[in-house]
Amino acid sequence: MATKIFKHLHSTVVPVHIENIDTDQIIPARFLKATTREGFGNNLFRDWRFDENDNPKTDFVLNNPLYSGKILVAGKNFGCGSSREHAAWAIADYGFDVVVSSFFADIFKGNALNNGLLPIQVSDAFLRTIFTAVETDPHTEIEVDLEKQLIKLTVTAEQEEFEINPYKKACLINGYDDIDYILSKKHLIEEFETKA
Amino acid sequence: MGNTLFDKIWDAHVVSKNEGFPDVLYIDTHFIHEVTSPQAFDGLRDRGLPVFRPKQTVATADHNVPTIDQHLPIKEALSRYQVDMLTKNSAEFGIELYGLGHPYQGIVHVIGPELGITRPGCTYVCGDSHTSTHGAFGAIAFGIGTSQVEQVMATQCLLQSRPKRMKIEVNGKLNLGVTSKDIILYIISKISAAGGTGYFVEYAGDTIRSLSMEGRMTICNMSIEMGARGGLIAPDETTFEYVKGREFAPKGNEWDKALAYWKTLYSDDDAVFDKVLTFDAADIEPMITYGTNPGMGIGVTQKTPATNSIGTDERSSYTKALAYMDIDDDAAILGKAIDYVFIGSCTNSRIEDLRQVAAFVKGKHKADHIIAWIVPGSKQVQQQAIREGLDKVFIEAGFALREPGCSACLGMNEDKIPAGKYCVSTSNRNFEGRQGPNSRTFLASPLTAAAAAITGCITDVREMLELENA
Repeated sequence: MATKIFKHLHSTVVPVHIENIDTDQIIPARFLKATTREGFGNNLFRDWRFDENDNPKTDFVLNNPLYSGKILVAGKNFGCGSSREHAAWAIADYGFDVVVSSFFADIFKGNALNNGLLPIQVSDAFLRTIFTAVETDPHTEIEVDLEKQLIKLTVTAEQEEFEINPYKKACLINGYDDIDYILSKKHLIEEFETKA
Repeated sequence: MGNTLFDKIWDAHVVSKNEGFPDVLYIDTHFIHEVTSPQAFDGLRDRGLPVFRPKQTVATADHNVPTIDQHLPIKEALSRYQVDMLTKNSAEFGIELYGLGHPYQGIVHVIGPELGITRPGCTYVCGDSHTSTHGAFGAIAFGIGTSQVEQVMATQCLLQSRPKRMKIEVNGKLNLGVTSKDIILYIISKISAAGGTGYFVEYAGDTIRSLSMEGRMTICNMSIEMGARGGLIAPDETTFEYVKGREFAPKGNEWDKALAYWKTLYSDDDAVFDKVLTFDAADIEPMITYGTNPGMGIGVTQKTPATNSIGTDERSSYTKALAYMDIDDDAAILGKAIDYVFIGSCTNSRIEDLRQVAAFVKGKHKADHIIAWIVPGSKQVQQQAIREGLDKVFIEAGFALREPGCSACLGMNEDKIPAGKYCVSTSNRNFEGRQGPNSRTFLASPLTAAAAAITGCITDVREMLELENA
């Protein structure tokens, strides 16, 4: 089955300048009761975005009209904690196509890639550069080129290469799906089972 | 060059290996629960696929289940729907379900081991990050997302890149009042909540060896809290003794054959790890967390770090965490008043945890203002506790022994800590709002949690134990 395709992106960014953002913050457990993949974006960062009466908290960046875009930038160790894929669904459903951080938790990274959401790991220094640029000028634009594995600040042309597993890169660019790939090895799976 | 235990098990499960691709890894048993499986079942339906090996898939309902009156229908509509979906999906796809009312029902990471499903040398996955628990048996076990749950349902395999290997050794004798929970909280406090990311950890050393299987499960359970994919411990006589005779453990000739293989499962002397860390058990005191990730832990008699000792990049996150907890920097945590005590979760809800708490609280009574919940990890743990009379001890001490489930670890059912309240919890995560919106969590061992319930504040359990031993 084809999945979402990602090649390049040019967008403004939303900075969430906090470290160790765990998946309970991205999507609290009480919203995991849905049985479909849709609609989680409404509750993205729920308890940071809304108070107990569901009023938007004005000090949180997602409620700041100055910031918008398809790129979420966050502090290091993003997506730690629970394996809930609902975190990746919430971020994608809200409208982000890329998450930038200086460090990602493993399970989150995998979940993101399986949903056409590109996690880009940059150096601590480059992350600082992005935060400074965006916090100085909320209209700062960033360009992402997956084929060249490059992330660039449009105005200053400061850029950095990022790493991605070549297989997952091919999946994103072509919309390939892991299950189709493994199913193509079905004879090997059955052979493995008879040996075991 | 020798092999690590991890590589021996991994290599034995590689179905296909291609340069530039992740390995196709065979999964022996796939555990599923109600929260992370419904979308995967829908995916199978969309593709027109069956569950490839339903007999190697085991389901239970744990996250959403109430922990009182489990014989009644679940009150909360969305929780009931999700649990009903699991029942319907399991029936449709031919999967064994240990659902509500079944004598084997319980937290997925408690029932796998107690039923003898979890064994050395095997591979386990579940749409749940604490799947690392099963590594205590010398197995490769880790949490996956729902797309991967669908993948394993469809193929009994997972596309996975081999992680790096880390060895963490703990040597020496544990101090009075220090448990396996304190060991793992100590390790995470030293290497941080991200210190294990990218690695699979093997725990070794004579301190680890001296632990019971349940103690080992507590350690492996929290591997994910340092970011590690999983953790494992080489199987030994303690492991074999635990597995032997359990419901689904191999029997007769099968047992002999399995045992012979299990005895080959250790890291060779000349095996190379990507990273090795060594800790001294004597340095560990009863631990408590003070912040909003499991790496923010200290010995119970220590002070919280001074803000100016924190790196500039991390300072704002540190300040935010302390503000959330309403805790001062550079301050003692001992004596801090608390409101709730939760003893449970896949980390600490097994019979030894309950026995330890019962032995400690016997003849004592909780502080008046404390609400103390004990939530067993499974129906079998609950029944065993009742057979041993632990329930009476708990009731006399003012604790409530509830029915099994994930409960207040993540508050998907009614068991939530109210906003602003403090809970000393034996669970695994102290994230903001984890136990309920705006709740505040101190992670600790069952002993330290029990002591806090008695005194009503954060307490050095050693002082109470010393008094008893005097």
